[in-house]
Amino acid sequence: MSFLQYLINGISIGAVYAIIALGYTMVYGIAKMLNFAHGDVIMVGAYVSYCVTSYLGMPAIVSILVAVVACTVLGIVIEGLAYKPLRGTPSLAVLITAIGVSYFLQNAAQLIFGSAPKNFKSIVTMQPLTLFGGGLTITGEVIITIAICVAIMVGLTLFTSKTRMGKAMRAVSEDRAAAQLMGINVNQTISLTFAIGSALAAVAGVLLCSTVPTLMPTTGAMPGIRAFTAAVFGGIGSIPGAMLGGILLGIIETFSKAYISTQFSDAIVFSVLIIILLVKPAGLLGKQIQEKV
Amino acid sequence: MKKLFAFVLAVMMVMSMLAGCGASESAPAADAPVAEAGAIKLGMCGPLTGGAAVYGTAVQAGMEIAVEEINAKGGLQFALNCQDDEHDTEKAANAYNTLKDWGMQIMAGPVTTAPSNVVAGECANDQIFMLTPSASGASVIEYGDNIFQICFTDPNQGTASADYMATHDLGTTIGVIYDSSDVYSSGIFDKFMTQAEANGLNVACEASFTGDNKSDLTTQVTQCKEAGCDVVFLPFYATEAAQVLTYADKIGYKPVFFGCDGMDGILTVEGFDPALAEGLMLLTPFSADAEDEATKSFVAKFQEKTGIVPNQFAADAYDVIYALAQACENAGVTADMSATDINAKLIEQFTSMTFDGLTGAGMTWAATGEVSKTPMAVVIENGVYVGVE
Repeated sequence: MSFLQYLINGISIGAVYAIIALGYTMVYGIAKMLNFAHGDVIMVGAYVSYCVTSYLGMPAIVSILVAVVACTVLGIVIEGLAYKPLRGTPSLAVLITAIGVSYFLQNAAQLIFGSAPKNFKSIVTMQPLTLFGGGLTITGEVIITIAICVAIMVGLTLFTSKTRMGKAMRAVSEDRAAAQLMGINVNQTISLTFAIGSALAAVAGVLLCSTVPTLMPTTGAMPGIRAFTAAVFGGIGSIPGAMLGGILLGIIETFSKAYISTQFSDAIVFSVLIIILLVKPAGLLGKQIQEKV
Repeated sequence: MKKLFAFVLAVMMVMSMLAGCGASESAPAADAPVAEAGAIKLGMCGPLTGGAAVYGTAVQAGMEIAVEEINAKGGLQFALNCQDDEHDTEKAANAYNTLKDWGMQIMAGPVTTAPSNVVAGECANDQIFMLTPSASGASVIEYGDNIFQICFTDPNQGTASADYMATHDLGTTIGVIYDSSDVYSSGIFDKFMTQAEANGLNVACEASFTGDNKSDLTTQVTQCKEAGCDVVFLPFYATEAAQVLTYADKIGYKPVFFGCDGMDGILTVEGFDPALAEGLMLLTPFSADAEDEATKSFVAKFQEKTGIVPNQFAADAYDVIYALAQACENAGVTADMSATDINAKLIEQFTSMTFDGLTGAGMTWAATGEVSKTPMAVVIENGVYVGVE
């Protein structure tokens, strides 16, 4: 029974990683850049939601909407101010800028909210499900997180395969120059990608803090790095890969904590990743691209 | 589009400037010592901001109250300068140097153990007397003969917790969760395990976490639940404890949670529902509901100053100032003496005197700097500490 409990906990935290990883993977797939500030957008989303519920006394659902809107705007602003002027420069320049944005967001949050941690009140009011006479408890957060994760996955897949904008995104991701020649507005498409990625970050932030209530300016940093790893693990640039990578990472992390050692869980998780990447360098679902000369 | 961005950028800059103003207003004591000329200069450093800020600000407020009281009496005068170290060793070294430049004669800090390991080394080198209110690591007092503690050392807390569990009927199966990357937490854990074995306690589950993965403690709580633990020992700080209590409540796991002095302050974590801490036990030398006159007066002043009920850190800090005052009076220390002379006189006083404070009567110090006083257990009932036998 404990096995099932750990599995469910692992899937739950993995689903949060997966939603964050989607943001990394989409931005990488389309803009070919690693947005290291993504983890901090999560933190901003969580703070916005916290402020709306705690200081304005609004219901949880409103706080999520406000957080999503705020993070979408933030994502577009970051892209426009920090990344767009650097388009066409070596990718290293953009990477360093992204790290700069990450520090900026963390320190701005520290100035505005202070660095004392806040206890995030869960947005989920659902009663936990108890199965097998108390042997297995599934909290409301777990159910909601997994449901939202699946919904986002389905929604994004439909979006990229059915809509014009989604198709434009795929086209830009495949060949930016050719897409531009075909009349696709590349800049707009990239901004749209940032908007979607940041909106997902807001949702991830609220879900993350509902499961793990400690909210502080560095809250997004560690989950951000894990989610980035999950994206690489699943095959960066691939949407189903990010989902799979996130959930597997969550499960491996929880199992290594539960059955091997709580102390070395990180070492174990990252060793597994190294081994898998040695065998499959493009990640689980990544495309092996042959460069033709 | 460019204009819009420029505007947004301008707004963000203005906001961060405003936020900056707010932050500097909330830390007035950084450059504004409480008293002026003719006063003995006391330095303190602690986490006034950051994850451990509950402790630093409590200590600061406790010390300020004591200094105001002593200065108001006339006679001996103290000037207090509090610096922020954010519970960070490097910043603690900077804070120490700032205090030294200011002309500090006695170090009444730091608040937490990791920074104290740095500052104690410096104090031993510079021969500046150091009395820490709350840095309970055993290593802190090993740096020199002039380093003293007013709180219990970590090993003592571990031993006392195991003894308390053995003599009181809290439960039969014990689980422990600790932070293996933190000296405070692992120090208590080691001694607790040794003493638990000696007392024949049944420790069924040992789970740990590190600074890097403390954002998710659900597995550790589940492990204790699976092992059927009805007492869970949590020797770490309130921020993580809030996480443990929240998750345990969600999955309907209700053992007796037992903490040490780091747990103190859990009721003041912003956004934490105090109802979750109901029934939480902790070992502390101070309880705000005590009936004696000194405690009552201190609690009233503290509440007036900060709006919250003082925790053990605040009381320890208050005692630090009074212990220093007693020692300075006995030894005839004056403001024009050098830090080294004061150091020699205070060492002599502390190893021989007996001090009655809020956190215990008849405190004495060993030459190692370790204090001798009795801990007592409190339980949280209806959002306040209540002493238990």
